[in-house]
Amino acid sequence: MQKSVFYCALAAAVVLGGAAGAATLDDVKARGNLNCGVSTGLVGFASPDASGNWEGFDVAVCRAVAAAVLGDPQAVEFIPTTGKTRFTALASGEVDMLARNTTWTFSRDTDLKLDFIGVNYYDGQGFMVPKALGVTSAKDLDGATVCIQTGTTTELNLADFFRVNNISYEPVPIETNAEAQQQYLAEACDVYTTDASGLAATRAAFESPGDHVILPEIISKEPLGPVVRHGDNEWGDIVRWTLNALISAEELGITSANVSELAGGTNNPEINRLLGSEGTLGDMIGLDSEWAQRAIMAEGNYGEIFETNIGENTPVGLARGLNAQYTEGGLIYSPPFR
Amino acid sequence: MATMTNPPRESFRLSMLIYDTRYRSLTIQVIALFAFMLLVAWIISNTVQNLAGLGKEVEFGFFSEPASYDINQRLLEYTSRDTHLRASFIGLLNTLVVAVLGCITATVIGVFVGVARLSRNWLIARIMTVYVEMFRNVPVLLWIVFAMAILIESLPSPRAFRGENATQSLILNDSIAITNRGVYVPEALFSRSLGDVRLFGESSLRFDVSLDLIAIIAVLAASVFVFRRIRAWAERVQNETGNRPTTWHFQIAVLVVPTFVLLATLGFHLGKPELKGFNFAGGTHLRNSLIALWIALSLYTAAFIAEIVRGGILAISKGQTEAAGSLGLRPNRIMSLVILPQALRVIIPPLISNYLNLTKNSSLAIAVGYLDITGTLGGITLNQTGRELECILLLMLIYLFISLSISVGMNIYNKRVALVER
Amino acid sequence: MSDASFVRTEMLSEQDPPPTSVGVIGWLRANLFSNWWNAILTVLCLAVIWYVLSGLLGWTLRSVWNAGSLNECREIMIATWGSTHGHACWGVIGDRWLQLLFGFYPPELYYRPILALLLLFVALAPVLFADKVSPRLLYVTAAYPFLMPWLMWGGSIWMPIGVAAGFVLAYLVGRKLDGSVPGLVLGILSAIIWWMLWLGFPIQAEVFNTGLGEILGAGLGKSLATISPDIAPFWLETVISRNFGGFMLSVLIGVVAIGCSLPLGILLALGRQSNMLIVKAICVGFIEFIRGVPLITLLFVASTLLNIFLPPGTNFDIILRVMIMVTLFAAAYMAEVIRGGLAGLPTGQYEGADSLGLNYWQAQRLIIMPQALKISIPGIVSTFIGIFKDTTLVSIIALLDPLGLSNSIRADTDWNGIYWELFAFIALMFFIACFGMSRYSMYLERKLKTEND
Repeated sequence: MQKSVFYCALAAAVVLGGAAGAATLDDVKARGNLNCGVSTGLVGFASPDASGNWEGFDVAVCRAVAAAVLGDPQAVEFIPTTGKTRFTALASGEVDMLARNTTWTFSRDTDLKLDFIGVNYYDGQGFMVPKALGVTSAKDLDGATVCIQTGTTTELNLADFFRVNNISYEPVPIETNAEAQQQYLAEACDVYTTDASGLAATRAAFESPGDHVILPEIISKEPLGPVVRHGDNEWGDIVRWTLNALISAEELGITSANVSELAGGTNNPEINRLLGSEGTLGDMIGLDSEWAQRAIMAEGNYGEIFETNIGENTPVGLARGLNAQYTEGGLIYSPPFR
Repeated sequence: MATMTNPPRESFRLSMLIYDTRYRSLTIQVIALFAFMLLVAWIISNTVQNLAGLGKEVEFGFFSEPASYDINQRLLEYTSRDTHLRASFIGLLNTLVVAVLGCITATVIGVFVGVARLSRNWLIARIMTVYVEMFRNVPVLLWIVFAMAILIESLPSPRAFRGENATQSLILNDSIAITNRGVYVPEALFSRSLGDVRLFGESSLRFDVSLDLIAIIAVLAASVFVFRRIRAWAERVQNETGNRPTTWHFQIAVLVVPTFVLLATLGFHLGKPELKGFNFAGGTHLRNSLIALWIALSLYTAAFIAEIVRGGILAISKGQTEAAGSLGLRPNRIMSLVILPQALRVIIPPLISNYLNLTKNSSLAIAVGYLDITGTLGGITLNQTGRELECILLLMLIYLFISLSISVGMNIYNKRVALVER
Repeated sequence: MSDASFVRTEMLSEQDPPPTSVGVIGWLRANLFSNWWNAILTVLCLAVIWYVLSGLLGWTLRSVWNAGSLNECREIMIATWGSTHGHACWGVIGDRWLQLLFGFYPPELYYRPILALLLLFVALAPVLFADKVSPRLLYVTAAYPFLMPWLMWGGSIWMPIGVAAGFVLAYLVGRKLDGSVPGLVLGILSAIIWWMLWLGFPIQAEVFNTGLGEILGAGLGKSLATISPDIAPFWLETVISRNFGGFMLSVLIGVVAIGCSLPLGILLALGRQSNMLIVKAICVGFIEFIRGVPLITLLFVASTLLNIFLPPGTNFDIILRVMIMVTLFAAAYMAEVIRGGLAGLPTGQYEGADSLGLNYWQAQRLIIMPQALKISIPGIVSTFIGIFKDTTLVSIIALLDPLGLSNSIRADTDWNGIYWELFAFIALMFFIACFGMSRYSMYLERKLKTEND
């Protein structure tokens, strides 16, 4: 049996993977798949189905990047991370990118040596209360018991909000959304607070969603976006422009259905540049010319991804709101492909 | 036959370091020490290189920055503007609270169940066996989650207490409210309080000590001292004269009266919880997370303690029971006077390790949102500051310190009760 | 004189005991209603049992088995019983039980973990039921540590064979040099050199960029592996550890930790017993440190710090990191169990070994360890049960063990809001496994007890 200890060490040595060097792109290509950090499970954003396929809004971003870089949207290894492990997983090179509803903040961007490459969902922290309580504003919540998910920016925002408004509350910290849901439904807390998208998703799963209201106050800005390691700008560019390609595709009317047709060449030079029939945008980020075409093929453009995973026709049922294209009054805006 | 008292001294050769048992152990030790130091140096150098690569450095300055999060259960006052150090300190106290409470109840339940498993009542013995097996064979994390879920699902919410046709009411003369947010019990209040004394100034470890509490403890201690003096005096009189003076009424009076007088002077009264706004206000709030953790850890550890107790009792030879029986002792007296004191010696060493396990398992508090030291220092603080190395190493050192203190303390106790072998 | 009429001349015939002290009634009286206090307790207990069982059985049995989502479950409940309260929805188990057992292991390869588990029993049989099975099975035991990783992770057979060959080499060299200290050192050294040849050197110098150097650099094993699919079809599809999950992961972590911690634990226990001060201090320090901190902090180390402690660029799989930390954790407990076994041996055994002229390692190998390990087996089994239960903690660092998976399953829109059924299933599985093992350990204790008497 003494042998097995050496064997353990050796097995470990065998798996000593690619070093987390500067060139993430080369590592990903050499490995043949993309390691993407996602949440352990958040309705609509990331969850595995019965056969172990991950799906969701965040997952779709990973698939688009994998399609752009490796040509195969399935060449993604999804690595579930918790609020605690996500940044170390990224920093240590365990994952190549993080698509895990992570809020872009100053200290995370600078002190934690991360690079937020954009925003794929504009969120904000809201409150949900049972209708029966008769509460109409978050300022009426003096003395209430509030369920919060720990390990997020939520608890900081909450502390600040109640402090600024000089009202008291009783925080009930909770690890996962599922437990929060259980406590809230059993009225172990009066209020559940998390990102508004999470509230909507949670409410949608209730037996009687109509008995609960989401209060009008949104107490924080939560721009959620994919994250990469600080210092590898080439890789950061790829992820950033893949996301932008999805957004531009929606703006330009490119969908997964018509992308192959449009890739043949159109009258619109921007579409041509994006899909690679004109110019050399792909070369500039170290990919081939059809990278964006594949990214859009993977799960559709930004709008399609939104609609299939969290849109109004899904159980989550989120409206586009802030996440509509800027042309429709939202904040989703891609820099030009030029 | 001549005995050789002094074997000829061989001159030292290098190979003796390996082949001569006198020197070999020295060689091995030097190599071991060298290898160990090499390992430590290797880890440290790796750490330094890695941290440099990440652009981080080891520093504890973040401890003096505001924590910015709230902690619901706090034994000392704390706001979100206090420092991370203060938050960790509050968390540490929470760990200690649940560990101490858990150890006490686990011991009580464990001893009870261990004895009950040997009951002559078949049904009770079986039920206890089922209990022990159920708890020993399912992970404690599951039990903690279960306990929390049961509390949340089965108890009424504060809303059930509200309104004209409330379905629930407070128990025990309107003083205790059991809700799915926790149990509200009356708190001790003093209308003519002596106030508090603040230790450690405004630092993060500041500590308010209630003078009322000190006064009460002082008076009680004095009472007990006098009580014992009276008893000693009675004993002396009995030894000298053969008659024991009747002193029980003095003794009780000495114990009770001064404390009562003090409480009356301080204006002692109970602050009962009452429904106010969303929640009960007033009284002491024992939160669900604490209760769930406490119950789950106690029941889980008690199942192990029960086995230890049962083993300890079975280890005492049957002759002891029979001898005690022939002296005319009743079964429960046999247990408490003859068997348990002897079994205690067998029980204590494994009991210590169970106390340690309970304390370490209390770190699973994170699963029910009880903010202990793992939840504060190793949880939210780590998350918000991103200082994994500092936070986790400190966390481990704190647990190590707690564990070592418990085992040192219990070992001292063990030495005291251990059989003095002749 | 002789008319003492009270003297009975013949014996009374034996009578049946009164009906109240035999049979069912007698048993009831003796065991349940021996006095009024016991009677009250019995009635109380019956009431509690009735209360618990009526609620639990109703929930368990009056339940929905065929449903694809929680909403479907609720509809069926409403249609059948008129309410959703007090009925279990086992549909989630029907839908996800394979995932709870195997995680994301490819379904067509499920035979591999199952085979590994069956082989584990075969490999353990000669150790656990030494009196009932042929000792020839020990060969399986020896091969198992190499076979199991191959089955689980897949890849080329040449890898485990090469690693095993290193141990054989070390053994042969050590034996040639007669178990002495230089023999030991040389044996280990030769094995290490062999492994380097086989697995590739961990350095990437320019020398290795041409011809033979390349083969050496990549390692004979890897080179063989790349050509072996053509010459020898011993190649299993690779499964990366990220896809491990569910109970398979719990069992795997438990088995690897116990397997690897046994040799470590033996060394630590010997070190702790040794009279070499520094060795002893290092061992005691390690054991007490590990036993003094909760497993969860060690898992935090695995998930956040281990990469910082290792050379820059090292990037272990998280599951391997967890296995390393759990192994270290188990080793400290194992050391204490084995120390107990060593302490249980009479000093005569040590003296006897000395008087036969055996050196330290020979004495340990031939006299001490076989006995000490044998009396430690119940302790080892309970350590294993503890480790197996503790594997649920990995869910806190986002590994998908059964508890972690239950969270992911609830994040699926179909099953969002389901709670008790998943936990009940998980608890039941753990109970069955741990209860079985603890029964075995008790059987063993009884056997050892009678043997020693």
